[in-house]
Amino acid sequence: MISIAVISGFVLALFAPTIHRIKPSWSGGVLALLPLSLFFFFFSFIGEISGGTEIVESAAWAPQIGVAFSFYLDGLSLLFALLISGIGALIIFYSGGYLHGHPNLGRFYTYLLGFMASMLGLVLASNVISLFIFWELTSLSSYFLIGFDHHRESARSAALQALLVTGIGGLALLAGLILLAQAGGSQEIYELLSRGDAVRSHPLIVPMLILLLAGAFTKSAQVPFHFWLPSAMEGPAPVSAYLHSATMVKAGVYLVLRLSPVFSGSASWHTSLTLFGGVTMIVGAWLAIVQTDMKKLLAYTTVNGLGMLVFLTGLGTPLALQAAVVFLIAHALYKGSLFLSAGVVDHETGSRNVRELRGLYKRLPLITIATALAGMSMAGLPPLVGFVGKELIYETVLAGSGPGHLVVIAALLANTLLFAASGVLLIRPFFGRAAPEAASSRGHRVSIDLWLGPVVPAAAGLLFGLIPGLLSSAIVSPAAAAVAARHVEAHLALWHGFTPMLLLSLVTIGLGCAFYGVTISKETLVDRWRWLGSAGPARWYDVGLNALKGLAHWQTRLLQSGYLHHYVLTIVLTAVILTAVTMIRLKGFLIPTTDLQVSAYELVIVVLMILAALVAVCSKTRMSAIVAMGVIGYGLALIFVDFGAPDLAMTQFIIETMTVILFVLVIYRLPHYTAISSRGSRLFSALVAAASGALMTSLVLVAHGIREGSRLSGYFADNSLLLAHGRNVVNVIIVDFRGMDTLGEITVLSLAGIGVYTLLKLRPHRNSKEEQAQTTTSNEEQESTDH
Amino acid sequence: MNTLIAVLVGVLFGAGIYLMLSRTPVRLIIGLVFLSNAINLLIFDAAGLTRGIPPIIASGAEKLARSHADPLPQALILTAIVISFGVLAFALVLFNRTFKTLPARDLSDLKATDT
Repeated sequence: MISIAVISGFVLALFAPTIHRIKPSWSGGVLALLPLSLFFFFFSFIGEISGGTEIVESAAWAPQIGVAFSFYLDGLSLLFALLISGIGALIIFYSGGYLHGHPNLGRFYTYLLGFMASMLGLVLASNVISLFIFWELTSLSSYFLIGFDHHRESARSAALQALLVTGIGGLALLAGLILLAQAGGSQEIYELLSRGDAVRSHPLIVPMLILLLAGAFTKSAQVPFHFWLPSAMEGPAPVSAYLHSATMVKAGVYLVLRLSPVFSGSASWHTSLTLFGGVTMIVGAWLAIVQTDMKKLLAYTTVNGLGMLVFLTGLGTPLALQAAVVFLIAHALYKGSLFLSAGVVDHETGSRNVRELRGLYKRLPLITIATALAGMSMAGLPPLVGFVGKELIYETVLAGSGPGHLVVIAALLANTLLFAASGVLLIRPFFGRAAPEAASSRGHRVSIDLWLGPVVPAAAGLLFGLIPGLLSSAIVSPAAAAVAARHVEAHLALWHGFTPMLLLSLVTIGLGCAFYGVTISKETLVDRWRWLGSAGPARWYDVGLNALKGLAHWQTRLLQSGYLHHYVLTIVLTAVILTAVTMIRLKGFLIPTTDLQVSAYELVIVVLMILAALVAVCSKTRMSAIVAMGVIGYGLALIFVDFGAPDLAMTQFIIETMTVILFVLVIYRLPHYTAISSRGSRLFSALVAAASGALMTSLVLVAHGIREGSRLSGYFADNSLLLAHGRNVVNVIIVDFRGMDTLGEITVLSLAGIGVYTLLKLRPHRNSKEEQAQTTTSNEEQESTDH
Repeated sequence: MNTLIAVLVGVLFGAGIYLMLSRTPVRLIIGLVFLSNAINLLIFDAAGLTRGIPPIIASGAEKLARSHADPLPQALILTAIVISFGVLAFALVLFNRTFKTLPARDLSDLKATDT
């Protein structure tokens, strides 16, 4: 059933353009039915999963190498599947309104549904190889979606950047997963989860961790790979909401959560996750408040959110994992809503600049309510689910062991900055006093497909904030239990009484207000920090990419010069050097011990052929070279006669005669011999040629020395008459045993014949004007020669 | 004799490569012919030389006696001779056509595809 749920998305993706063409105005709603029904399908598992059941489904794929098409549903994958399908339904419905009338909307649905299916596959996959394939499919669909407006150069380069960064991370991930599978002795994640001891004591644990985390950190935009995520905002708003905040970028978080039971207890695992996550959440929030573009601001808060999730996973206590799960849900809800709202604002006003927009509440009342709810959730204000999440985070860091103060300060700083960022996004653009003329212009009504997307997740954030018990036992406990690999009982509440957490929340609000005040009043000061976003890693990416291009250019120029003799030289020199080095290293030179006697006439033939070769090389006229070529051909035929190959000799005689005739026929149409090459380059050619000749001679001697006799020849010799009823064994091989080869040979010859015929008959095509000019000149030439 | 044939293969191959490195079109084609002759001879010799007796089953006998020449390399070379003639004919006509259209004497003048 689970595999069908995953595959159904891919199937619908194929038919999406057709469905869109049939009924363009309804297509969003119709296509959203699949994610919606998938949502309810996964919803129906909640009872079973929260009861502690785990579901495994497996189908053989490549059993020889242990690769299976297998799926695993537990609390963690269920949570992700619900987010992906639920938000996916809203996004697809929203896309119908947002991209209404776009000529490529059908294709957009294909990418989006394909992405949804890949993402479901990723979080449900049990086999590490299938997981990797779905992982790469999400990178690929992200590439198509970011570059959806492919006529813009910035969109194309952002798409490429995302693909390269996540793609390189994906390769590291593949290597890491293979190492993991070898260390744990299984490719199935549900088996690996209980083999943590074997994996942690494996000698290659450190490279394995580096590779796996490289995959997770590139995908989830952790510092120093965070730069691709803000660039990815080039994609349309639904893409930013779905891929680059609510789901795809969480794939890396999913991976670290998924593997947490395996690596939990390894010091390098906890340290690296806490460190990278901590830095990322502070850098992300800091860069968010200096942005002026709504989507860029939201992108950096997403970086902050992802950092927070990795940070919490790194702390690794059951409480931290609970906090991570709640924050994951809260983040997906408010960020999905905020991105979709930003899309509506852009769609209705044509601007996303938080310093220019004012008083949107009059024009977009519903969107304002949604943004206010979602923004307050992001700021961590009660009574929203974001507040519940933040309280849990503070409870975790206060209870934490290890470098306690540092962790508390990091969390406080990140949340404070996030609070200020929410203020920048929310207060002035929506509630600021608008300029008189803008205030008077009342916008047209926003249609349902545009407001439903932002409102539903925001409302859900409010609902879960008011009654957090809805999440506790159904979703949070099973998910946290899956990550912690032990029983976890979540008790979520909005009001805990007067606790240190509440105090920290109050400090956050106070400091956040101060930060917000500074941000708003000292805009020029804030602007000075914006360069940080494009400095550092983003710059390294550009430098690296240009260096790669330069290398490719240099190498192409070196190897693809366009001169034929360069190519011949490269091939010959490479072959000679490689073979010669091998022969010298292995002392492979052999002189045959048993050798046939040379008779006088054989000696004459061979010496004649050698002389002819020298003549051909040195001759100054074409005709003498052709004669020398003929001497060699006929000499070869005589050698064939001498050593028992009359068929070969006959063929060689005929072919040689035809070759000479052909040459003589054509030769006078070809240019004369002229000395083009310089003396030095001729000498060099002669050296290379001599070396290749010497190599061939020694190869023949070696081949003769190690000859073991052909096993095939014996078969042909024995069966030629009995099976094929022919006495001439060579002919029988050609027309019978290897008859198909001969058919191929005939085909090649016929093709060559057709080629020759067409080239002889071909009249170069010219357009009439040129032809006219040509005839005039040739007439003139004719006249001048006549005179 | 094997050593002598080996030297001959080397000379033919070297001469072929030298001619192919030249920038004159006719030399290139002659070099091609030399190369295929050298390789045919190489296959012939590498399989072992047997003087005189062709691989034909004598009348009355059912099988080929073991002292005969090896039939397999002969079959291979037979194919190779014919194929290389096809290649040669095509190359020759192609050059013929090329120099009718673009009267260039130097192969290096044929560097770019657009003229």
